[in-house]
Amino acid sequence: MHYELLKMFLVFAKIGAFTLGGGYAMVPIMEREIVDRRQWLTREEFMDILIVAQSTPGLFAINMASHIGNKARGVVGGIIGSLGVALPSILAILLIAMFFRAFQDNIYVERIFMGVRPAVVALIAAPCFSMARSAHITLSNLWIPIVACLLITLFGISPIWIILVAGLAGFVWGKIKREEKE
Amino acid sequence: MIFLQLFIVFTKIGAFNFGGGYAMLSLIHNEVVEKNQWLTSSEFTDIVAISQSTPGPIGINCATYTGYTAVINEGYPEWMAVLGAVLASLSVLWVPFLLMLTISKILLKYSKTQVVGNIFSLLRPAIVGLIAAAAILLMSADNFGSPSQSTFQFIVSIIIFLFAFIGTRLYRIHPILMIILAGLAGLVIY
Repeated sequence: MHYELLKMFLVFAKIGAFTLGGGYAMVPIMEREIVDRRQWLTREEFMDILIVAQSTPGLFAINMASHIGNKARGVVGGIIGSLGVALPSILAILLIAMFFRAFQDNIYVERIFMGVRPAVVALIAAPCFSMARSAHITLSNLWIPIVACLLITLFGISPIWIILVAGLAGFVWGKIKREEKE
Repeated sequence: MIFLQLFIVFTKIGAFNFGGGYAMLSLIHNEVVEKNQWLTSSEFTDIVAISQSTPGPIGINCATYTGYTAVINEGYPEWMAVLGAVLASLSVLWVPFLLMLTISKILLKYSKTQVVGNIFSLLRPAIVGLIAAAAILLMSADNFGSPSQSTFQFIVSIIIFLFAFIGTRLYRIHPILMIILAGLAGLVIY
């Protein structure tokens, strides 16, 4: 049993270590390791977990790991799985935090980051447009992202409130629509 | 007490993260840069760049770095900062973890139903707004240089921004490659 858990930890640590940027890049690697190679889950089970992980709060990769671990080896498996995925990134950033702070004021490092910063902002701005498609944004609901964005940028409203209100409003709106139909 | 603050803030960030890494950025920015001022706006951007080029989810990466930096800035020794980094990282994880364990079965049953569909019908567009907000908030003098005081840097930044935006959108250049290219450009130009 301990051996099994150790193996699970290592498999997830491997998945964590080799997915740069995190998130959805992890899915094919997880699928290969967990469904094809180890057969801890069937493809069907894996797909179900994918759906739940997308609609639960939290980091997608960690949600996947905790759920897969839990399904395959119980609660302990879930804990081991999520720690396994998180460990490589924690170690990597710790090392960077320790060394980066020492080099931060170095003139060359500063020049590199002066170039990198605007590119990062572009990397964040770019997915807005591709996500707009998958979020089914049309002319009729275009006001939602715009209002959300203005509330945060102009009025400093916490995104937490936007999430709560949008989720609740969606729930209520759905109820009203259904009652109208009936 | 810095450790308690880190725990509360990153628990909140973990619990309210819907829609993946980038959606989380406006939330992290709001808590870490604006409210608690643990990081400056440019430090925050640097971490996003580092996160993109290192393994693991952005949320954990930000938590680890912020935990370390916040504790160091309070004047604690290095080993306490390492503890702070680990604490902040684990704080992001625990609420979603408990949710996954307890309600995942229920969610699985209802995830294809109308109610969840309704909730996400407004939540998804709002999340796009959240990401846009993160991008707009980061278009600051910290990251681009100010148009009046450092005009040269400002113009170069705009050009790099446009190149990176078009490169990612139209030519699907990998984010890591984009960051490396922009870093090289910075090194050569400045």
